[in-house]
Amino acid sequence: MGQFLLLLHELPDDFTEASPSEMQGIIQEYVAWRNGLDQRGKLVGSNKLADDGGRILMKGADAIRVTDGPYAEAKEVIGGYFLIEAADYDDAESMARTCPHLTYGHRIEVRAIDTAYEP
Amino acid sequence: MSAIDTAKTDIRAMVDHLFRARAGQMVATLTRILGFEHIDLAEDVVQEALLTALRRWPHHGVPENPAAWLVQVARNRALDQLRRRANWRGKEDEIRRSLTVFAEKDPGTGPGDAAFGHEVRDDRLRMMFACCHPALSRESQVALTLKTVGGFGTREIARAFLSHPATIAQRLVRAKRRLRTLGVRLEIPGPDELPARLDAVLEVIYLLFNEGYSATEGEALVRHDLCHGAIHLAELVADSPVTDLPRVHALAALLLFQGARLAARIGDDGVPARLHEQDRTQWDRAMIVRGVRRLQRAAHGDVLTRYHLEAEIAASHCLAPSVEATGWRQILDCYDQLLHLHPSPVIALNRAVAVAEVHGPSQALDALEALVEDQALADYPLLWSTRADLLARLGRSAEATADLERARALSASRPAQRFLDKRVAEVTEHPVRHGGFQDDADCDDADCDDAD
Repeated sequence: MGQFLLLLHELPDDFTEASPSEMQGIIQEYVAWRNGLDQRGKLVGSNKLADDGGRILMKGADAIRVTDGPYAEAKEVIGGYFLIEAADYDDAESMARTCPHLTYGHRIEVRAIDTAYEP
Repeated sequence: MSAIDTAKTDIRAMVDHLFRARAGQMVATLTRILGFEHIDLAEDVVQEALLTALRRWPHHGVPENPAAWLVQVARNRALDQLRRRANWRGKEDEIRRSLTVFAEKDPGTGPGDAAFGHEVRDDRLRMMFACCHPALSRESQVALTLKTVGGFGTREIARAFLSHPATIAQRLVRAKRRLRTLGVRLEIPGPDELPARLDAVLEVIYLLFNEGYSATEGEALVRHDLCHGAIHLAELVADSPVTDLPRVHALAALLLFQGARLAARIGDDGVPARLHEQDRTQWDRAMIVRGVRRLQRAAHGDVLTRYHLEAEIAASHCLAPSVEATGWRQILDCYDQLLHLHPSPVIALNRAVAVAEVHGPSQALDALEALVEDQALADYPLLWSTRADLLARLGRSAEATADLERARALSASRPAQRFLDKRVAEVTEHPVRHGGFQDDADCDDADCDDAD
């Protein structure tokens, strides 16, 4: 067993055209999916990231350069994440496949937490 | 990383239509606080609040009190906008106070207005009067009502009216601009204007219901929502002190009775079921009971309106233990009065159906002759299918088939066509048989009325 990070990528304009009823339906789908994971003991954590691009730090020639992260029109951002328990990538992928984000958002990036050298 | 609080993820905290109902309520109250000229801002604020929920709740769970959460967020956004913009004409403090009060009243988790308090209900009533302003076309009144008070989206409205979202969007923009130009404010009309303005509101609600009722396939879900939305609005108006009038209760009763039968209107084969074919166990008994209570409240005063009579007719159907036990004499009596009050070809057609049940198909055919000659309903499929049924009952199956084919040629919707195909087959197989009538005949078609 290992842990996997599901990074939910989205565009700022996602959902903005949805009607109130549609939005409620979408929320109910996400929450149902999440509850499903939780009931099976697979959900470790989940957070929404703040609505800004954050900051990017890079070492420049003589100083650290800081720029605003990609929170501009039509640029994909990571909206939030789910941290889940899974046997392996196939297992994590099968859980990610049923996430409503694939219908309503943009893409899901699945990354394993490295447990290579755990004792 | 936040700890998962499983208590917060309970979907049951989100009742049916929570977002739609709250959107309508919040837009009405915010528009009243900010002023009608800022209605777009009010709508944006509400939309943003819902979007925030959409982005947040999947990760952090549904709050224990979702409605209160939405109101808080909307309030904060509105305060934000208050700070950023300059055109408040000295009313900033007053607005800020009103916004604080708005958020402090705990809306609770109940879907009904009772949980939200009388003020919000009154805001929605004020919004209805604004949306049904006489300066707007009926189409615009309906669209604006659905969007602002009803909490429907532009795409949903377009689907319901078989139109394009862009058309609806434009219609809404123009309607709002018109009202802004007129300096419309959110208020209950004064006593002189009230009766006429209320009548407009009732007509719009009636129209909304009919739109939902007359559809049978495809966008069935939206259509059912229209019916329930119309019922909700009718009850909103009926329960507001200023508009607590018998004819409003009568309209609410009528819609409840019709709405109670919605589930049974389509048969298992996807074809509209006629009255005698409907599975009455599928009728919503709770709605019928509510209808009866409303009818009792309508039985006051000395003004008999079309809504009273139509409600009586609908009640007769709903309360009959079986189709055979239906009080057709009573119904015919109501139609006689209704025709006198509101002479219309569609009502005359519906009356003919009742005549057939009380006096037999021959007399009903006589009653239809005048309609047929009049030409007013020449393109109305139900005229021909009704006459076909009468002819079939008299064994005149060749003529009946001809009329059914005429009806079919005039029918645009697939369910109606399938229904008529089925009827043709029946008439051909069983030349003399009790036809019975489509449930549609009971519901006065408001579109046809406009042709008067």
